[in-house]
Amino acid sequence: MTLTLETRDLTIRFGGHVAVNNVSCTFRPGELTAIVGPNGAGKTTYFNLISGQLRASHGSILFDGTDITQHSAPLRTRAGLGRAFQLTNLFPNLTVEENVRLAVQAASGTHYDLLRPWMVRRDLIARADSILDQVALGSRRGVAATALSHGDQRKLEVALMIALEPKVFMFDEPTAGMSIDEVPIVLNLIAQLKQDRSKIILLVEHKMDVVRSLADRIIVLHNGQLVADGPPAEVIASPIVQEAYLGVAPKSAA
Amino acid sequence: MMILSGDPPRSRVLSLLLVVIILALAATPFLFPGAKALNVAAKICVFAALVASYDLLLGYTGSVSFAHTMFYGIGSYAIAIALYGMGPNWAAVATGIVTGLPLAALLALAIGLFSLRVAAIFFAMITLAVASAFQVLASQLSWLTGGEDGRSFQLPELLRPGTVLISKSLFGFEINGRILTFYLVFAISALMILALLRVVNSPFGRVLQAIRENRFRAEALGFRTVFHLTYANCLAALVAASAGILNALWLRYAGPDTSLSFSIMLDILLMVVIGGMGTIYGAIIGATIFILAQNYLQSLMGVAAKAADEAGLPLLPGLLHPDRWLLWLGLLFIASVYFFPTGVVGRLRKAGGGKGAGSSH
Repeated sequence: MTLTLETRDLTIRFGGHVAVNNVSCTFRPGELTAIVGPNGAGKTTYFNLISGQLRASHGSILFDGTDITQHSAPLRTRAGLGRAFQLTNLFPNLTVEENVRLAVQAASGTHYDLLRPWMVRRDLIARADSILDQVALGSRRGVAATALSHGDQRKLEVALMIALEPKVFMFDEPTAGMSIDEVPIVLNLIAQLKQDRSKIILLVEHKMDVVRSLADRIIVLHNGQLVADGPPAEVIASPIVQEAYLGVAPKSAA
Repeated sequence: MMILSGDPPRSRVLSLLLVVIILALAATPFLFPGAKALNVAAKICVFAALVASYDLLLGYTGSVSFAHTMFYGIGSYAIAIALYGMGPNWAAVATGIVTGLPLAALLALAIGLFSLRVAAIFFAMITLAVASAFQVLASQLSWLTGGEDGRSFQLPELLRPGTVLISKSLFGFEINGRILTFYLVFAISALMILALLRVVNSPFGRVLQAIRENRFRAEALGFRTVFHLTYANCLAALVAASAGILNALWLRYAGPDTSLSFSIMLDILLMVVIGGMGTIYGAIIGATIFILAQNYLQSLMGVAAKAADEAGLPLLPGLLHPDRWLLWLGLLFIASVYFFPTGVVGRLRKAGGGKGAGSSH
């Protein structure tokens, strides 16, 4: 059986507001799905529901044949759901290397090892260092995360997810606020991950050129609802996307 | 370096200070005559370990507990009740240890699993409530605990002052049971501090720091933080109870004022803050400064007041009168917290340039 991630009628209400409304969608390996939609469409909330930061009011999430709707965030991460956050979410006073080492440690299942000093675990350190080199942060490894530039923090955020070696990569606007010359580093990383056809990649992104170049499929959320799903060219051209996402009124309504 | 778990003091002044403190403590029976000096030295040892275990919670996980003296008290009372009830023998010491330590750990486990799931403030409130209840319980169950009077007991033969192990004729010093007890306290406290240093520098310890920094993100990495926090809470409780055992053995007494009172809890908090949170070494520095001030400030002020009086200075003799020592102690703490917000250790490490990589603390 191949790996699948599926949401069925996924819904969450905050009081009277329905942030994600009956979203049913299946994601398959080797496919990079871009999730687009205007601000407040529920993209990040949809991510939070999948990775367990929020619990669904209704509906279910199936991952790898298991219903994970009731699982906590740590359990979902251990099952293979990796998440990079939109608002940078790091360990501010720990160094860059320590940040990544924690993720590497989590991936290796080292949770309650308290009798050995950490530096004895050379395997973890080596792995953390190689990931830092991948995201071009090798020279910043001794710096506290809080002292990094915004772009470097975004890269570290991505590095933490890569270090988890997940089966599902969830990027939430990975290039937001990055300088022009930093963007390619992250995009190349995503492209590399795509090469490995066994991973499911979800990407929330506003930049349409990024979406066009990377996505195999686009789904559109609007007011919490799934309004379009298909190949990039088709979805971008559809009137509903023109209206919902690009803010162009469809000709029929004029 | 392995004995320090790869986490050296990282400041020359701090290293020197620690070496001086440890050597002075180790040599107290020979250097400083009199019972008071030895009592102060033993108290510093016990509190260094107790404060270090509190630092594991406050400094490394960021959780504020008010139940630390309760665990300290559980250790004290367990050994006191056992020795009081069973008589001064080693079986009683063993009984006290095997009832006190598991009791402390179980209680810490229950409190942790119950309250560390949610916001940190809830844990603080629960520990406060449980500790208050325990204090009342200890004073009410007077048939067991001796109530407000506490329990005095005798130590096994080997540890009594009257037991001469090495007579004076051999080295010029008499090694008696009292001195042996002191070294027992010293060695076990030192071992516990080294063990805590190992724990905070282990992969597990790094997760604790991660939880302190950003619990949400630690969860998102796959760490089930409630178990890490509970585990840390149990370890801290075990060390606190062990420190309680040592303290009771040293005092040959356990009572509400020496082990359970909230004023001790405040002392612990102050020592952690003065020494420097999240450093472990801060516990040694904080305990030393605090306990020395507590014991010698008064007599020091007496000398100063007298000198000022003889010099004919106005106002000063009154201000420096030994009865005002608590005022000066208070001012000293306000000043130290104000000038060293990161504690003595944090201050010294910053002054030393912080050459070491590792944690930012």
